[in-house]
Amino acid sequence: MNYHNLAYTDVAIAAALILVNGLLSLLLKLQLERQLLIASLRTITQLLAIGYILGWVFQHAQWYIVLPLMLSMTLIAGFSAAGRGQLRHRGQLADSVLSVGLSAWLVTAIGLFVVLRVRPWYEPQYAIPILGMILGNTLTAVALGIDRMTRELSAQRPVVDMILSLGGTRWEAARAAASQALKAGMMPTLNQMSVVGIVSLPGMMTGQILAGQQPGDAVRYQIVIMFLIAAASALGTVCAVLMTFNRLFSPAHQFMAHKLAKRS
Amino acid sequence: MKGPQNSHAEAVLLEARQLGRVDLQAQAVMLAPTDFSLLAGERTALIGASGSGKSVFLRALALLDAPSSGEVLWLGEPVAAPLIPQFRSRACYLPQRAALVEGSVMENLRLPFTLKHNRHKRFDAATAARLLEIAGKPRRFLDKAGSDLSGGEAQLVALVRALLLAPQVLLLDEPTSALDPQSVAAVETLVMNWLDESPDARALLWITHDHAQARRVSTRTLTMDQGTLLK
Repeated sequence: MNYHNLAYTDVAIAAALILVNGLLSLLLKLQLERQLLIASLRTITQLLAIGYILGWVFQHAQWYIVLPLMLSMTLIAGFSAAGRGQLRHRGQLADSVLSVGLSAWLVTAIGLFVVLRVRPWYEPQYAIPILGMILGNTLTAVALGIDRMTRELSAQRPVVDMILSLGGTRWEAARAAASQALKAGMMPTLNQMSVVGIVSLPGMMTGQILAGQQPGDAVRYQIVIMFLIAAASALGTVCAVLMTFNRLFSPAHQFMAHKLAKRS
Repeated sequence: MKGPQNSHAEAVLLEARQLGRVDLQAQAVMLAPTDFSLLAGERTALIGASGSGKSVFLRALALLDAPSSGEVLWLGEPVAAPLIPQFRSRACYLPQRAALVEGSVMENLRLPFTLKHNRHKRFDAATAARLLEIAGKPRRFLDKAGSDLSGGEAQLVALVRALLLAPQVLLLDEPTSALDPQSVAAVETLVMNWLDESPDARALLWITHDHAQARRVSTRTLTMDQGTLLK
C-alpha cells in the first residue's frame, strides 16, 4: 500500500470544484458568491495555518509547547460551548469552560495513560488529535445540555414554582429539566455510536486508512475514541447541568428565573 | 421548626419584618420594607391595582423570591434556608394560574406526597374524593387527564392538592380571577371548609380584585399601593 502525497497543484484542482457551487449560485441567483468565496478562503487559510502550527509543534515535542496548545484548544472549546443556546445567564462561560475542560482532560488522560500508554504523555501525535476529538464532541454535549436545561426551566417555570410551593426542594423542582438536559447532551454521541460504520465512516478511521493503516487497526482506534468521546460527553453534560442548577437555584430553594436572559 | 400551634387565637403564624424587594436591574422598588403579621384564625384580603406589588408581596412571604431586605418568620422564628420546604408546605402559596403536571387528576393530587419533606404524610384518596365532592366534582373526575381540564377545573385540582397537605396558612394569589362563577363558588367553599375544620389554628391571605369577594372571604382588608402596604 502506497501513501500518495498531495502537491499544492492537487489541492488547487480540488479547490477549483468550488466553482460548481459558484456557478449554481449565479444561475439560480442564490447570491451566495460572497459567502462561498469567504468560506473557501477560510478553509484554506485556517487549515494551512493549523498545518504549520502542528508541524512546528511536532518538531518541538516538549511539554511546555504541547501543554499551552492543549490549554488554548480547551479554552476555545469552552468559549464556543458558552456562545450557543437561546438563553444566557451569568456564569455560563465559566461553567462551560470548566465542564468541557474537566471532563475532556480527565478522559484524555485516561486515554493517554491507561489505554494507549503513550510515552511521553505529551507526544503531540497522540495528545493533540485525541484531545481535539474529545473536546469537539464534549463542547456540543455541554452546549446542548445547558441550552435544554435553561429552556426547559424557563418554559416550565409555573411547574417549578408549584413544586417549590408544595414543599419540594430545589432539586425536586429542577429534576425534570435536569434529566431532559442530560438526555439532550448525550443523544448526539449515542446516535453516532449506533450508526457508526453503517451509515458513516468516522473521519479519524478514514484518515488512518488513507494513510496506509490496516483497517483492523484503524477500527480498534476508532472504537477506543468512540468510548472516550461517550464518557467525556456524559461527564461534561453532568457537570454543566449541575453547575447550571447551582446558578439558577438558591440554597433557599428559590428558582431565580430573572437570571435567564434572551440572547440578543 | 415547631410543631402544630396550640390553638390560642392570638398566636402569630406568619410574620414579615421590614420585608422588601428591589429590582436591581431596573433600580425600582417592587415592595417597600413591609411589616405584616397573620394571626391564627385570621382571614385577610389584599386588594390593589395591577402591578401594585400584591403578588410580589405574597411570593416574598412564601419565600419563593429572595427578599432584598427584612425577613419572614414562621411561628415567631426566622425560617432558615434548609427549613424552607417544610415551611412552604405549611404556608402554601397558590398562583392565579394552576400548574398541573402530565397525567390524571389523581396523579396530580398525589404529587406533593412524592416530595421528600412530605413523605411522612399520607395521601388519603377518601379525603381527596370528599374535597372534590364539595367542589361539585364526581368521583370519576379523579381519572380525567390534567390536560383535558378547563381553567376552573385545573384551579380546583391545584387547590385540593394544596389542601391535602393540611397547611396552616393559605397564600392565595387571585386564584379565582380567571374563573367562571361556578368555579369561583367552588373555590370559596373549599377554602371556607378548610378554615372551618380548625378555625383557631388556620389563617389565610387572599389577593383579589373583587371587593365583594374580599367581603365574603375575609374579616379585614388591606390595600397595596405602589409597593406599599396600607393599613
